Amino acid sequence: MRNTFAEQLYQNAIRDKDIYVVVADISIAGSMVNFQKKHPNRFINVGVAEMSMIGMCAGLALEGKKPFAYTIANFTLYRPFEMVRNDLCYQNLPVTIVGMGAGTTYANLGGTHITQEDISIARSIPNMSIIAPADPDELKSAVDYCCNKSKSPVYLRIGKSGEKNFTLLSREKWKFGKIRKIINGNDICILTYGNIIRKAFKVAEKLKGKSASCSIYSCSTLKPFDYKRLIEIFKEYKTIVIIEDHSIIGGLNSIVKISAFDNKFKGKIISFALKDKFLNNYGGQDDLLDSHGLSDKRIFNKIYSDING
Amino acid sequence: MKKNKFIDAHLRCKSHRKEILKLSQNVQALHIGGSFSSVEIVDSIYNILMKKNDKFVLSKGHAGMIQYILLYYKKLISKNSLYSYCQKNGYLGVHPDYGKVGINASTGSLGHGLGMVSGMALAKKNSIYYVVLSDGELHEGSVWESALTIGALNLKNIVAIVDNNDLQSSTRATDTHPNLYPIDKKFSEFGWETAKCNGHSSQEIYEKITKRKKNKPFMLIAKTVKGYPVSFMKDIPMWHYRSPNKEEYEQAMSEIDKL
Repeated sequence: MRNTFAEQLYQNAIRDKDIYVVVADISIAGSMVNFQKKHPNRFINVGVAEMSMIGMCAGLALEGKKPFAYTIANFTLYRPFEMVRNDLCYQNLPVTIVGMGAGTTYANLGGTHITQEDISIARSIPNMSIIAPADPDELKSAVDYCCNKSKSPVYLRIGKSGEKNFTLLSREKWKFGKIRKIINGNDICILTYGNIIRKAFKVAEKLKGKSASCSIYSCSTLKPFDYKRLIEIFKEYKTIVIIEDHSIIGGLNSIVKISAFDNKFKGKIISFALKDKFLNNYGGQDDLLDSHGLSDKRIFNKIYSDING
Repeated sequence: MKKNKFIDAHLRCKSHRKEILKLSQNVQALHIGGSFSSVEIVDSIYNILMKKNDKFVLSKGHAGMIQYILLYYKKLISKNSLYSYCQKNGYLGVHPDYGKVGINASTGSLGHGLGMVSGMALAKKNSIYYVVLSDGELHEGSVWESALTIGALNLKNIVAIVDNNDLQSSTRATDTHPNLYPIDKKFSEFGWETAKCNGHSSQEIYEKITKRKKNKPFMLIAKTVKGYPVSFMKDIPMWHYRSPNKEEYEQAMSEIDKL
């Protein structure tokens, strides 16, 4: 995803001279090198100084620019939190914070580098929008939105590398603030966002073999949330499954369950999210997800037994 | 600049302090000490230093009152707005808020102004950005991150002034962080041009800033006295956040008149 982000930003920056990138000591892969070469005055590396990165982005935006703050997710939001809150959100400035390698992506780096509560934190700040694209194709549209339409702070939560596209099949276009149906089914509705959508496709395939058909929706805009579409989903399905690479607190699980209560949803909601517990184990991303109950096998078994129970 | 300009500045600063005292009678508490120490600095920026496209950010936002008084003096805000300070449904609160007339950034939490100014100065290299910090603010790590970045990018359109009154809300910088001094050498090592002056002399502030070499970001360490020039407020921590009672108000007014 980082290469897609860099390429899409580079393309936008050719047209729009107000786009700046401020990074904090991150290896600049792929097209970000092109950006740096082509626009050296609009590419700033502040070094290992994330408060400086966010403050600088605020100042650029105060003078009419469209800055992107870019580094590993935990350093974009946690380390400079008060700058994000006061400088960007309180002043409501059009700065995009790009949290790269979010969720459990940086599996081997240990709990200090895992962002399992970033959405929960970002959601609670007034004026902040949150976009977590499901795949590189959605990310392209999200970057275009941040470059051309956004007028307030956005937390753009992305993965790292090797993600496949899953949403190309969708008949609906990606739109900021909208839930997007990716595939259509009749029995179960799966709501997800971010690159964990791969698990939604896997479980949908297995359930199909058991004669249960699933719709998959990408809820890539976590804030402002598309409650209108969610209410339609409550009316349409009896079983809703949530799959997210984020804490059970404050993410999609919280959004859907609170709304389900408010709207008197009578069906079942089955959530697969990270536990309220730090991850300090290692291995691949799937090993970390497995340890918090998000293995493909457990997801399938739980849904299958619930719908037959 | 002719000498009588500085006599004007002296008279203006007397009047600004009296305005602060008047405002103080409407509120329970206000940052009078830290506002008094910044009067000459902020007055010089607004009246003798800033040009048309230049901008000012008060990083020590708790002295917002002196900025409001200058905005009123420059006829950017009305007397009604000024006197709505900290009142219910008022226009102005203790700390400057972005979006209000003449306020270029929201400050109040220390250590934010320099970072924001670094981005502003990067965006518009033909404008000069004036930023006033407190010395207590220099305890914040974010100041040094931005100082390093500004030095590295050589943002020479930044003029920063430290109001060096040596007092925070309760303690003396010399006691809590004796190694903060010398301040100027630290900024010089970070790639800034630095100078020191008497922060209650408009002439010194003006001359140090206008005579800078302009090939580096500039930091002026303005030595001030918190609560200056009122005898019972000067250098007394209690006056960080206290409103004078009627008797103290009368005495302070009369001391300022005699200056």
